[in-house]
Amino acid sequence: MNLVAQHFLSVLIWLPILGGLMLLVVGDDRDARSSRAGMMRVGALVVTLATFVLSTALFTNFDNAATGMQFVERTPWIQALNAYYYLGIDGISAPLILLTTFITPLVIISSWDSIKARPAQYFAAFLILEGLMIGVFAALDGLLFYVFWEAMMVPMFLIIGIWGGERRVYATIKFFLYTFLGSVLMLVAFIYLYGETGSFDLLGFMNAPLTLTAQKMIFIAFLAAFAVKVPMWPVHTWLPDAHVEAPTGGSVILAAIMLKMGGYGFIRLSLPIVPDGSAYFADFVIVLSLIAVVYIGFVALMQKDMKKLIAYSSIAHMGFVTLGFFLVWSIAADTGAGLGMTGGMVQMISHGLISGAMFLCVGVLYDRVHSRQIGDYGGVANTMPIFAAFMVLFSMANAGLPGTSGFVGEFMVIIASFKANFWYAFLAASTLILGAAYTLWMVKRVLYGEVANDKVAELEDLNMREFVVLAVLAISVLLLGLWPAPLVDMMNTSIEQLIQQVGQSKL
Amino acid sequence: MIGIFDHLPFWFVAAPEIILLGLICTVLIADLFIDDEHRNITFWLSIGTLLITLYVIFVTGGGRQVVFDGAYVSDPLSHVLKMAAVGFVAIAFIYARDYLRMNDLHKGEYYVLGLLGLLGMMIMMSANSMLTMYLGLETLALSQYALVAIDRKNSNAAESAMKYFVLGAIASGALLYGISWIYGVTGALEFPEIAASIAANPDINGLPLWFGLAFLIVGIAFKFGAVPFHMWLPDVYEGARSPVTLYIASAPKLAALALTLRILVDGLGELHEVWADMIMVLAVLSLLVGNVVAIAQTNIKRMLGYSTIAHVGFILLAVFCGTGKGYAAALFYTLTYVVATAGAFGIIIVLCRRGYEAENLSDFKGLNARSPWFAVLMMFMMLSLTGIPPFIGFFGKLNVIDAVLSSGYAGLAVLMVLASVVGAYYYLRVIWYMYFEATEDKAVLQASTDTRVVLSLNGIAVLALGIVPGWLWTLCVDVLNP
Repeated sequence: MNLVAQHFLSVLIWLPILGGLMLLVVGDDRDARSSRAGMMRVGALVVTLATFVLSTALFTNFDNAATGMQFVERTPWIQALNAYYYLGIDGISAPLILLTTFITPLVIISSWDSIKARPAQYFAAFLILEGLMIGVFAALDGLLFYVFWEAMMVPMFLIIGIWGGERRVYATIKFFLYTFLGSVLMLVAFIYLYGETGSFDLLGFMNAPLTLTAQKMIFIAFLAAFAVKVPMWPVHTWLPDAHVEAPTGGSVILAAIMLKMGGYGFIRLSLPIVPDGSAYFADFVIVLSLIAVVYIGFVALMQKDMKKLIAYSSIAHMGFVTLGFFLVWSIAADTGAGLGMTGGMVQMISHGLISGAMFLCVGVLYDRVHSRQIGDYGGVANTMPIFAAFMVLFSMANAGLPGTSGFVGEFMVIIASFKANFWYAFLAASTLILGAAYTLWMVKRVLYGEVANDKVAELEDLNMREFVVLAVLAISVLLLGLWPAPLVDMMNTSIEQLIQQVGQSKL
Repeated sequence: MIGIFDHLPFWFVAAPEIILLGLICTVLIADLFIDDEHRNITFWLSIGTLLITLYVIFVTGGGRQVVFDGAYVSDPLSHVLKMAAVGFVAIAFIYARDYLRMNDLHKGEYYVLGLLGLLGMMIMMSANSMLTMYLGLETLALSQYALVAIDRKNSNAAESAMKYFVLGAIASGALLYGISWIYGVTGALEFPEIAASIAANPDINGLPLWFGLAFLIVGIAFKFGAVPFHMWLPDVYEGARSPVTLYIASAPKLAALALTLRILVDGLGELHEVWADMIMVLAVLSLLVGNVVAIAQTNIKRMLGYSTIAHVGFILLAVFCGTGKGYAAALFYTLTYVVATAGAFGIIIVLCRRGYEAENLSDFKGLNARSPWFAVLMMFMMLSLTGIPPFIGFFGKLNVIDAVLSSGYAGLAVLMVLASVVGAYYYLRVIWYMYFEATEDKAVLQASTDTRVVLSLNGIAVLALGIVPGWLWTLCVDVLNP
C-alpha cells in the first residue's frame, strides 16, 4: 500500500490506461453480441469504478490548508531536455480529477447496450482517454502536460469517427484540426519558456521573469490552445458538430471534462505564467466571454436538434468560466477578487455534471427513438414519467435554479462582475433569462403536450441501469447546489495563492 | 575498443566498406547458382552480409580517424549513420521479400543492388573529401536507378527510372560543377582543408566561392528532394514498385543528411551566413509545397512522397540554424522520420497481393475490421509522422523547433507548427479510411512471420522511443558535438 500511496497519481493515470490496453489485447470477436462483449463492459466498469474509489482518497487525504502541490511525484524522464515525470495536484486540479473519475464510470454504464460495433475498442478508448485526462490535470512538467494534452485527442478522434453519427468524419476531423492548431502554438510557447528557464517545470515557468512583449506573445499562444478547447466564441464552431455526431458517451466526456481542460489551462498556465500578458488581454477575453454568454444563448434558442442546443448552452456556460477567471484585474484584491475565480471553478465542476446529465438524457431518448430532433418528440412525460422528472431537474439546473449546482457558480460570477462593472454584470445576468428560455422551451416541446406520434406512445420508461446513472448525477447536482462548501474549501487556499501570484507583476 | 586493432593496417579503418564490397561480390556470384525456387538463400545471404557489416562497423568505431590521405574519415557521426543505414536496409529487405516473391520479381538483383546502394551510402557517410563524396553518391544513385527499373515490364517503373536517371544526372553534374569551383577557389578537396583555406584567406570568401556553393546546394537539394528540386520524388515514389520505394524512402535519407552535414558544416561551415539563407528558402518552400500538395493526393505512395518533401523542410530548417543543437536535431529528426516511413511502406507492402498493387488511399478502407493489429501499427506510423506525442515523431519536431527558437527565429517556428497542422489532415485521412470506412473486402492480411515480427517491432519502436526518447537525443547531441 505504501507504494500505491507514494505513486498515487501515477496509479490513477496508468490504471485505466493499462486496463484499456488489456481490453485491446483481448480484442473483439466477430459477433458483438457474444459473451466477450459482456466481459469487455464489465471489465471496463470494474477498472473505472476502481479508479473512482481510489480517487476518493484524494478527497479524504487532501490537505485543504496546505499551499503548493500535494501528492507530488518527480522522477527524471528525459534528462537531455531536463524534462521530468512530475505530477502533483492542488485545490484547482483535485476537483477536476475527481470529476473525471466520477463521470467516466457513468459513461461506461450508459453505453452498456447501445454500442454494438467493436465494444472492446470502444471501452478501451474511454479507459485510455480517462487516464490521459487525469494526466493533463496532474502534470506539472510542461512537456508531460503537452504529451497528455495531445495524446488525449487521439482516442476522442476515434470515438467520434468510429461510433459517431452520419457526418462523423467531417465532425471529427474538424475537432482534431481545430484543437491541434491551438495546441501547437502552445507548444511553441512551452519551448520558448524552456529556452528561458532551462527546464519544462510549470512552477518554474511561473517564476520566470518575462518582458511584456514575450508575455503578450505567450498569452496569445496559450489563448489559441485554450480558447479552442473551452470553446470561446468565435472558435467554437467545432463543438456543435462534434457533439451532434459523437456517440452519447463521447458527448458526455467532451462536455463534462474535455471542455474543462481549456478553463484549467487558463487558470493553471495563462494567469500565473504570464500575469501581465493576461492583464493586458483581460478585457478582450471578458468581451469574448460575454459574447459567448449572450450571443450563443440566442443561438441556442434557435436550435431544432437537442444535442446542438445543449452544445450551444455549454459554450454559453463556459463563457461564465472564462469571465470569472479574467475578472480578477477589474476587482480590487481585498474586495473579493477570489469570488470570480472560485465561481468559475465551481461552474466548471457543476457544468461537468449538468451537461453530462443533459447529454445522457438525450442519449436515453435517442436509444429509443433514434432521433435528436425536438420536432420528433412531444408528450414524452406521459409515457416516461420518471425520465421526465430527471430531465426537468437537470434542465432547471442548466437554467441556474437556486438549490442546484448550476446556480452556485453563476451566482458567484455575477456577483463578482457587479463589483467590476455594472454592464458586465448586466450582460452576464441575462443568461438567467436566456438559459431558462432555451432549456425550458426545449423541455416543454419534448416532454409536455399531447403525445406527438406512435413512437413516443410506445416509449418505455427508464430501465434500472439508466435510472442509477441519472439518479447519481441528480443527487450530486443537488448536493453541490445545497452544500457547495466542501468543494469551495478544497480550492480556497490554492485560489488565494493564485491571486497573489497573479497580482505580482513580472516586469 | 580500438586498442585490439592497433596493429592492423591503416586501411582497416575502412573495413566496413571493404568487407561489405567483398561480401557483395560473394552474394552476386552465389546468386548465379541459385534457381528461383531457392532464392531465399540469396535473401539470407544478404541478411548475413548486413549482420557482418554491422558487426564490423561496431568494432571499428571509436574516435575520429582520417585515412587514405584525407579522403576517408571514420568518426562518431559516420558510425551512427552507418549502423542506422544497415538496419534500415535490412528492414527494407525483410519487408520486400514476400512482395517480390508474389510478383515474380524475386531475383537476386534487388538484394545485390540494395547492398551496392548501401555501400555508396556508407562511402558518403565517411567521405572526407569532395571526390569521395561524389563517388559514394554515384554508387548510390546508379543502384537506385537500376532498382527503380527492376520490373522492366512495367511501363510506369521504366518511366520513373528514366526520369530519375536524367534528373539525377543533371543534379550530379551541378554538384560536380560546384565542386570544381570550390576546388578552383580554395585549392583543396578535403573538407577540413577547404575550411582551413577559407579561414586562412578571408579574401576568397567572395562571389566565385558562393557561385560554387550555389551549385553544391542544388545538388544537395536534389538528393533530398527539396522544393524546387523535388520534381522527381513523387514520380519515383509512385512509379517504383513498393519495396523499391521503401528502399529509396528510408536509408538514402541518412546519406543525404551526411552529404549535407559533411559539405556544408565540415567543409563550408565558415560560409554559414551565406548558405543559411539559401537553405532557409528551400526549407520553407518544401514545407509549404510538400504539405499542401500532399493533401490533394489519392495515391498513398505519392502522398508519402510529398510528405517526405515536407519533412525535408524540417530537416533543412534544423541544419539552417547552424548550431550544434540544430545539427543534432536534424540527425534526430532524420532517424525518427525514417523509422516511421519504413514502417508505413512496410504496411503498404503487406497490403499488396499477387498482381494487385495496393497504392491508393482507398485500399486502406476498413483495415481495422480486416486486420486490427496492422491498422494500429499504421496508425502509430501516421501519428508519429504527424508529430502527435507520445510518438517519436513529436520529439523530432520538438527538437527542431527548439533549435530554431533558440537561434531566435520565432516566426519560422510558428510557420513550422502551422505547416504540421496542414500536414495532419492527410495523415489523419489514412486513419479515417482505416477506421471510419467500411469495406466489402474482408480478407485478412497475410504476411510471413519475420515480416510480421519486424513490422510489429517497428510500430512498437515508434511508440516506445517516444516514451523514452532521451537516450537517442543524447546520442545525437554527442555525435555532433564531440
